[in-house]
Formats: sequence, C-alpha cells, structure tokens
Amino acid sequence: MASFVGYRPEDEKAHPPYLYPDYVSTRKRAPSRPLIRIPHTVSEITGPRLVRPISAAGSTDLTRFNGGEALGERIIVAGRVLDEDGRPLPNLTLEIWQANAAGRYAHEADKHDAPLDPHFSGSGYVITDSEGNYRFLTIRPGAYPWANHYNAWRPSHIHFSLFGPGFASRLVTQMYFPGDPLLELDPIFNSIPDPDARKRLVASFAIELTIPERALGYRFDFILRGRNSTPMEQAR
Amino acid sequence: MKFLQTPWQTVGPFFAPALVQPGMEVLGDANTNGKRIEIEGQVLDGDRAPVTDAMIEIWQANAAGRYDHPEDPQHNIPLDPTFHGFGRAATDKAGRFRFLTIKPGPVPGPNGKLQAPHINVSLFARGLLRRLITRIYFPDEPLNLEDPILNLVPENRRPSLIARQIDGHRFEFNILLQGDDETVFFEV
Repeated sequence: MASFVGYRPEDEKAHPPYLYPDYVSTRKRAPSRPLIRIPHTVSEITGPRLVRPISAAGSTDLTRFNGGEALGERIIVAGRVLDEDGRPLPNLTLEIWQANAAGRYAHEADKHDAPLDPHFSGSGYVITDSEGNYRFLTIRPGAYPWANHYNAWRPSHIHFSLFGPGFASRLVTQMYFPGDPLLELDPIFNSIPDPDARKRLVASFAIELTIPERALGYRFDFILRGRNSTPMEQAR
Repeated sequence: MKFLQTPWQTVGPFFAPALVQPGMEVLGDANTNGKRIEIEGQVLDGDRAPVTDAMIEIWQANAAGRYDHPEDPQHNIPLDPTFHGFGRAATDKAGRFRFLTIKPGPVPGPNGKLQAPHINVSLFARGLLRRLITRIYFPDEPLNLEDPILNLVPENRRPSLIARQIDGHRFEFNILLQGDDETVFFEV
C-alpha cells in the first residue's frame, strides 16, 4: 500500500460556474449535468511538467521580437507562485499570452480592426525560481471590443497557464490592471462569485518593481490548491 | 496572511500559438515501449456544432503503468526515458483533434483496486470559464468492470468515457459538452 496526499477542494466561491449566461459562449458549452466528484488517485496527484519551453517566440522579455522593439507602455510583471499553505512552488512553467498595445492578438482568428505590431508576438513563458518567484517584461495590453453584447469591451488583461505540481492543481487565468473602468462591466471577470476573489485577479502597482526610466512594475501572485493533511491509502 | 486560491478564467479563443505547437500531439517516439495508438475525436457543443477553438491536454502513465512524476510511488516499475505522458492539441475547423501515443498500463487506485488503463483529459475553450476534466478508457478491457472511477458513474453514462475502436490501433473519442447524452465530466 502506498499513501497519497490529495489536494484540497477548489473553492467554489473563488471559481466561476460553468454556466454564466451573461458570458454568452457559456450557454451552449457548459455541461448541463453535475460534475461527478472523484477521489484523488495517482492520476490526479501526478501531473505534467513542460519539459522544454514550448513557446516559439520570446521568453521573459516580450518587448523585443523579430529584430525590433514593440510599441506601447513597457511593464514588468512579477510575483510568486504559492500554495494555500504559503509554500513556494519552484520550477513551475507559466505560459503567457496577450494582446498588443492596440488591443490586437497576433492570432489569425482576431479580426479586430486595430494594428498588428510586427515586433510583438504576445507569447512568452517564465519558470519560477527556487522560492517560487517569477518576473517578465512586456507591453501593457490594450482593451479590445468583443461580440458578447452591444458595445462589449474586454478590460486589459494578460492570460496565464500554470502547471501546478499535479494534474489537480492546473490553473488557467487572466491578470487585470488596477483602476480599469471596464472591470465592472466585464462578464468574464464578474463570473467569479465572490467579489473579494475577483480582486485577487487585479495586479497591484509596485513602485519597487519599477525600473527607473524604463518600465512600470506590477505585482501579481498566484495561489494554487494546497494539500490535504491526511494521506489516503491506495493499492499496489 | 491568508493564501486564497487564484480564480480560474477562460482560456479564450487566442491561446494558439502561445500554447499549442505542432508536434505536441505526439507522445513518445520510435523507441517508446508499448502499443502505439491513435486517438481522434470531435468536440461538439449543445447544438452539436463543432467546437473549433478548444484545446485538449492529455496526461497518462507509460505502458507499464507508471507516471513520469516524482509522486508516483511505484519505484519498482521502470520509467521510459522516451515517454513523459503529456500531450496537447487544438481542435481544427471541424472541431476535430488527434493524438498519437501509446496505450497506458493500469495504475493503482483506492481501496486496493487497480484502475483500468485510462488517459486523463483536460478541455479548455472560449466559453469554458474553467477546464473540463474527463477520462478516456478503452473498450474490451476486463479491468473496466471493477474500475473504481468508472463505478462512480451511473451505468447508462459510462459509454461516453470509453473510446470506440476503429481498427487495431485507432480509437475515436468524441466529447459532447452539453445535452442528455453529454460526456461525463469529473470534479477532481
């Protein structure tokens, strides 16, 4: 018999429901039946690690691409990846993608009539250090319109994909900017049930991260699910 | 200080090319141990329209039933240096995806029972505010009958978790997001 330490449940006040009708795309994509809860086995406790960087363009400096400098306001984004016990999570890959300063993605499906920037791919990755810290340089993304409802605009945001230590601790989320007037109008942001939990997706301006004459600093920490205190006995 | 979970948000429609590169749907190489298989399928929404902007990730044990991860305690079962168990694919304009991998071995489960060979699946898309989690099982697998996870699923819904064999090495696994016969999704 081997013992496994499972992950604590996802906090249902912190995470959006699958069906959130104000976000129109959920209406035909949300499952209609309740999820079936399963115990954590070796399949959920273990999980993938990105063994090599997968993003073709850029890494921790997204402001230079294709032999030139991206347009827009340079920013530093930095913080820590921790679990619910405050334990740092080292050597995790954060995948990053975002629109350019004009609010346009370098993606064939983005039809927004705003200019592409040949020197900005909007893709990068960063790996946490031994204390769970990460840091990268990018351009502040622009807001952009979307077809969800009349005069709908997404607030400026950066997408993140994180592999936690196990399959159960995967996280995909979006980081927003403080003081953005579009936040209260955005159904994706407001799909989070607890208003205090929404605030955890808003970065804080950090003068101490700011590089004088170069780039404004923002701090954003990620908290992934923690571990249970009691192991479960499993076979073999 | 309290450390509270960071909320999920949707992956949106623009995750490629940052997240998905050609070749990520191929697991292992010519030297990998095990039976080579191909898994293909289509993702459909509540109107049975193809979901053309989804991303699927798979996570699986090697042919001997060991995960390439430090918390798999089965140290008596060898790792395969050519096989890491992770794959990723985006759906195409028809909502279709495909993985080339090897059939995983059985792995330990709760209460002294083995789990039948299975592949763990995460599905992400515009309109999914969080990922959906399911599992791919294989047909004609004696261990399916006693699988501790399949047995948590009402019998009439279990077929949605079992791939259909097309021929000797090809399997089909369609994912229906919404409807009376929608795929079984798990909370882990």
